[in-house]
Amino acid sequence: MDFELSDEQNMLKNSVERFVKDNYSAEARAKLADTELGFSRDHWKTMAELGWLGMPFPEEVGGFGGTAVETAIMMENMGNGLVLEPFLSTVILGGGLVAEAGSEAQIEAIIPEVIEGNMMLAFAYAEPQSRFDLNDVETTATKSGDGYVLNGHKAVVYHGTTADKIIVSARTSGDSRDEDGISLFLVDNNSDGVSRRDYRTIDGQRAADIEFENVKVGADALLGKEGGAFPVIEKIVDRAIAALCAEAVGAMQAANNITNEYLKERKQFGTPIGKFQVLQHRMVDMYMEAEQSKSMSDMVAMKLDLDDETERRKAVAAAKAQIGQAAKFVGQQSIQLHGGMGMTDEYSIGHYFKRLTTIEMLFGNTDHHFKKYAALSS
Amino acid sequence: MDLSFSKEDLAFRDEVREFLATSLPADVKDRCDRGLHPTKEGQTRWQKILNEKGWMAPNWPVEYGGTGWTITQKYIAAQEFGYAAAPVATPFGVSMVGPVIYTFGNQEQKDYYLPRILNSDDWWCQGYSEPGSGSDLASLQTKAVRDGDDYIVNGQKIWTSYAHYADMIFCLVRTDSSAKQQEGISFLLIDMKTPGITVKPIIGIDKEHSLNEVFFEDVRVPVANRIGEENKGWTYAKFLLGNERTSIARVGRSKRQVERLKEIAKTERCGGRALSEDPDFINKLTRIEVDLMALEFTELRMLSMIANGKQLSAEPSLLKIKGTEIQQRLTSLLVESLGMYGAPYEAERSYAGRNEAPVGPDYANGPMAEHLYLRAATIYGGSNEIQRNIVSKMVLGL
Repeated sequence: MDFELSDEQNMLKNSVERFVKDNYSAEARAKLADTELGFSRDHWKTMAELGWLGMPFPEEVGGFGGTAVETAIMMENMGNGLVLEPFLSTVILGGGLVAEAGSEAQIEAIIPEVIEGNMMLAFAYAEPQSRFDLNDVETTATKSGDGYVLNGHKAVVYHGTTADKIIVSARTSGDSRDEDGISLFLVDNNSDGVSRRDYRTIDGQRAADIEFENVKVGADALLGKEGGAFPVIEKIVDRAIAALCAEAVGAMQAANNITNEYLKERKQFGTPIGKFQVLQHRMVDMYMEAEQSKSMSDMVAMKLDLDDETERRKAVAAAKAQIGQAAKFVGQQSIQLHGGMGMTDEYSIGHYFKRLTTIEMLFGNTDHHFKKYAALSS
Repeated sequence: MDLSFSKEDLAFRDEVREFLATSLPADVKDRCDRGLHPTKEGQTRWQKILNEKGWMAPNWPVEYGGTGWTITQKYIAAQEFGYAAAPVATPFGVSMVGPVIYTFGNQEQKDYYLPRILNSDDWWCQGYSEPGSGSDLASLQTKAVRDGDDYIVNGQKIWTSYAHYADMIFCLVRTDSSAKQQEGISFLLIDMKTPGITVKPIIGIDKEHSLNEVFFEDVRVPVANRIGEENKGWTYAKFLLGNERTSIARVGRSKRQVERLKEIAKTERCGGRALSEDPDFINKLTRIEVDLMALEFTELRMLSMIANGKQLSAEPSLLKIKGTEIQQRLTSLLVESLGMYGAPYEAERSYAGRNEAPVGPDYANGPMAEHLYLRAATIYGGSNEIQRNIVSKMVLGL
């Protein structure tokens, strides 16, 4: 039983910390979020050069064979600076799905490109009616000749705009909420019949709603077994949730540090407002939430590669529920403690609040995961 | 990073389980599981069994009778005791005054008191709080005036748990009224049979007698019963309070409470089905379970820091705050789970000697008593508000 990082893990942590310090001042981040792209391709190159984009992939395909702990270390420190590059979408979700379900040929064609920073991915799973249920898939893939024809509407696809390939969940059989009968397809973003509505999200990132209208793909676009994608989706989304939990911890710690400093600086009634007990106790509650979240994030990173599937899923649901709750509390209270300053776009705290708000809803909000945990426990 | 316990630790866990399964008396376990106050006889009997096993004082150095357990083993034992409804040793002797004696006491005091604590020959109680000194402990007024080889003690202590059982009391007294508050306090060990001591019961909101007032009227205490130096008592008191805050998370006990709730909810009915199928109940219980999991891993994370040689400041206050909040939510939900049978309540002391079983299902005997008593959990050991002050100052620098 040990929560300490190894020397290599500490080096990784220091490297991400340095990157964030050098590139993600509040001003630099605000500027970047406001560009057309919403992130920096130069940063992406840097991440590739530092080896981060290959961290979770097996060594056989050119990766570093890192575990969920390495991912958590990176995500936590990126969360600290609200990093905008599509690491989660491309590496954890997209790359994760390909590495998990892909054929040798698919893995060879895609993973090295991802590791090199030459290819970006996005995962289109949600639909307007599905809310947080991964099994609720109405998009269809119909067999046609050697390949398939895709029809449907995918909602809020993070980084769907910049992805070279979109991984789409579609139904090849069964009813719209069946776990069986869901398949994954690799679709080029510029395929005929793909139409996107690109937009910004409140957390400074980019997403798209994507319509698939008679999109023809070959048999080689099928990722994994036809109709058998659900367990793969669940597994990779669990990894994404664990990564997101770590990002939330980093963002909460930063929000707390910023707020704590503000309490020491801001004076009212002739004294720093941090001298007021009512604000001290609020700040302590925010600190405790972040600490509990850190424990849950570390726990889930260590449990993610467990063979016991129920144990893994319970750990993920519990972590997301607790961290979602904490993220809301810390985000909202850090605005409150900043007073009017917290309401301005210019000041950094609001950006932490907004990212923490979206993290709470991504891949299932707090209520969703409490229900999931209860179902798994009964 | 690694969550697994070593082979040795797992073997140790099995040893603790085995010991508890075979050696914990059923009546003692039953009271503890229900959340009822221990009886003096039962608690003493159990502590003597612990002492025989050599497990009475896990936190003491081996030379004084400690177990020599690693920090992980201590954690494992605490978990297992809590989960098995095995009472831990009454804290006043072994956890509070014992460490003060072996750290600051003289050889004679160590030789006399420590073995008696281990063998439960003396039941100790704690003379800290006074009517005017609760969270602001240093303002205490009980006076000790030097008279030859004795001190003459006058004053009053309050909220003294189990003083009516106690053979000995450790007391903070004022020996210099002219000094700054913290600098005029001494730490005395006082025999409860000394003339001039009166114990008056305080009946709690649970209608039970566990709390007392202790009055001192010209009580003669040998100077030899003072710990360390005169007027340095505050240092020793603070040391003791620091000890009190660790292992206060009580995760093992709370896990057992979750299990009890699930058992009760399978039997109780709500809206024509089992309470365990009621969405509101499930939601409340799940939220507690998840918070408890976060607390469990926070405690483990702190343990790992200590094991790796890091110094904690006020982080354990978090364990106290979250741990006690969870304990209270659990007992509150336990009472809720009983439905109307939460209401019938007779204090044990009022029907002692009667043959009747308590009203309602068997599991209804306990939750309300514990629910009431545990309202104190967020007050004692430094109230949760005081704990927040401490974190604010020590960790956040506010």
